[in-house]
Amino acid sequence: MSFDQLYNLLDRFVPESIDWIVFTVTALILSLAVINAMVLCTALYTWFERRMLGRFQSRIGPNRWGPFGLLQPIADVIKLLVKEDVIPVVADKAVFTLAPVVLLVPALVVFIVIPFGEQSFLGKLNVGVLFILGVTGVNTLAIIMGGWASRNKYALFGAMRGAAMLISYEVPMALSLIGVIILAGSISLADIVSSQGIFYILVQPLAFLVFMAAASAEMSRAPFDMIESESELGAGYHTEYSGIKYAIFQLAEFMAPLVTAAVATVVFLGGTKGIDPIPGQVWFLLKAFSVVFVLLWVRATWPRLRVDQIMGFAWKGLFPLSVINFFVVAVEMFALQEPDGTVTNQSMMIMVGINWVVMVVSIVVIATVLGQGKLQHKLPPQPSSLANMAASEGD
Amino acid sequence: MAIKTEPITINMGPQHPSTHGVFRLRVTFDGEVVVDVEPVFGYLHRGTEKLAEERTYVQIVTLTDRLDYTASMSNNLAYVRSVEKLGGIEVPERARYLRVICAELQRIASHFISIGFMLQELGAFGTPLMYCFRERERILDLFEMLCGARITLSYMRPGGLIQDAPEDFWPALSILMESMPEYIDDLEGLVTSNEIVLARTRDVGIISPELAVNGSVTGPMLRASGVQWDLRKANPYEVYDRLEFDVPIGYQGDTYDRYLVRVQEMRESLRIIEQCVEQIPEGPIQSEAPFFVRPPVGDVYDSIEAPKGELGFYLVSDGGISPYRCKIRAPSFINLTLLKDMLVGWKLADLVVIFGSTDVVLGEVDR
Repeated sequence: MSFDQLYNLLDRFVPESIDWIVFTVTALILSLAVINAMVLCTALYTWFERRMLGRFQSRIGPNRWGPFGLLQPIADVIKLLVKEDVIPVVADKAVFTLAPVVLLVPALVVFIVIPFGEQSFLGKLNVGVLFILGVTGVNTLAIIMGGWASRNKYALFGAMRGAAMLISYEVPMALSLIGVIILAGSISLADIVSSQGIFYILVQPLAFLVFMAAASAEMSRAPFDMIESESELGAGYHTEYSGIKYAIFQLAEFMAPLVTAAVATVVFLGGTKGIDPIPGQVWFLLKAFSVVFVLLWVRATWPRLRVDQIMGFAWKGLFPLSVINFFVVAVEMFALQEPDGTVTNQSMMIMVGINWVVMVVSIVVIATVLGQGKLQHKLPPQPSSLANMAASEGD
Repeated sequence: MAIKTEPITINMGPQHPSTHGVFRLRVTFDGEVVVDVEPVFGYLHRGTEKLAEERTYVQIVTLTDRLDYTASMSNNLAYVRSVEKLGGIEVPERARYLRVICAELQRIASHFISIGFMLQELGAFGTPLMYCFRERERILDLFEMLCGARITLSYMRPGGLIQDAPEDFWPALSILMESMPEYIDDLEGLVTSNEIVLARTRDVGIISPELAVNGSVTGPMLRASGVQWDLRKANPYEVYDRLEFDVPIGYQGDTYDRYLVRVQEMRESLRIIEQCVEQIPEGPIQSEAPFFVRPPVGDVYDSIEAPKGELGFYLVSDGGISPYRCKIRAPSFINLTLLKDMLVGWKLADLVVIFGSTDVVLGEVDR
């Protein structure tokens, strides 16, 4: 149900002079619904992530409270709520308090424009992609705020790394989405969904890979989790946070994969499209779920890159790849589009063929240039002459 | 325009997830780059050497368990060998073989911890560590069969062992021996050619052979630098002279070589155990050493190749039931001497990995 529908429904019962009240009430109801749904989803997701991580790590994971430990998130929240909320004496109190909120709000706001059905909660927003890119960019600010205001060196390290990394990775992420925008001919998310005769993951596999890599950096998950990097910085930018503020940081952090999964589902996996008897919403959830699982899989298994390597990967690896994709799609569109600017499914099939070849070739080239290569050592190592074990054997 | 910057000093530790216990590094950073390191230790000092002067020779065995708590067997072995050398105590053949089996099992367990934590510090949070710990558990299960304890074992005594291995130990050991090579292959398949692991560890934290020898570094760290030096070969103790094994070395002494040397050493340890199981004779496991050992007046130094390097005990006897002085040469402590040479110029993220690759245990560093 979108904003317009709800507004019209309520508008029938009240005189026209107090329309603003209806407007406010509608907005409140909607935001309440979205926030609660999202927080609940995130709570469930934390349970899922911890259970799955447990499986990956050959242990069990939380299984004490509720069936299969399903109530574990509630226990966690209660624990964090009753903890003392410590604000360091030297901290900048206003900024320190604001930072968790600034991190959480963009994640929630993005969900307003995701088309879960025919349209999103806000109705047909015609600048969906732009809105998402703009709003998610705010989390850089939140991390800087948190790190700077805590007056902690570890937090500052995390924040500075975060600023550099998040800004860098926004470029390939936006560029990878441009290919989709060219193909769909619109920046409205609903139009992108409806234009996907063939899912764009097939038409533009390169864009999808770049998007996933850039997005996992944007939400600072492994292998790009250097903002927090437990083994180096303790907890990174939220080192000094405790209690409810820490809970909000964690909430925002766990919400990020859900946001990414939702966006990837809409842009690359055809959103609510699916085979008919099953409703679109179910398809949406299934697709988002599989994206979340892939992100989790990567997180559970991969080591972390170093700061300079992460920046190098963004500018030397993902940036050229996204430009290649953008360029190839633009040329293809120029050659294959119909007079009215749309693309038929047949032309898309041609694109699929070309783009997969382009993807494989470009990734192989980039990987050869940037990668570590195979071990060059052919000969066994030569023992140094500094210590001669054979000589002392005779003693 | 050059922006004015100033170095930032951070206390890493004593409460820090990557310091392997309670180690403190006062690190000065220029941005992310390490410009100066000053290690501060002693947070886990328990006065082991002084406590040893107040205890009988047998009681000290329990103190040695707590030095390098990931390799109690090796500590036990190093200590009892010193006492036996000091007191001229004979050790039965079967006990010698069992000691070697235990020491090599302990080496595998210790290297599992080292590799697991190194990967943990690389950022692969939890998973590799848990895989390594799962296999280590199986070795600890074997130790439990031998002496009832899993970590602080106290299995060895001057003159032998506390008890013979039970009947079920040998089949359990052979099951482990069968499955372990496969597991090490799996680990290598996941880690050795991983792109990120290579990017993070190759050419990072290099120790040249000259530097390593000058810093009297021992163990896998020395061998990773290309110096082929292993006390098991250079000064064979127990039954190592009858066993066939290679001493793996690395190419250039970077973090990656240290990892590779450890993996290869685990394979060599399996080879050694296999031969020991074939050769082990029947017989007693304890010679007729008195409970209160009274070695003659004198002093002795004996060392073995512990998982971390050369572990030595220098004992001085005044003829009484407890040593007059007990000095421990702890490999972890001495391997840390090159910390500054390894770390300066690398980044914060490399710092934890290089420090992890030195494989220190704070129980041994602080003693």
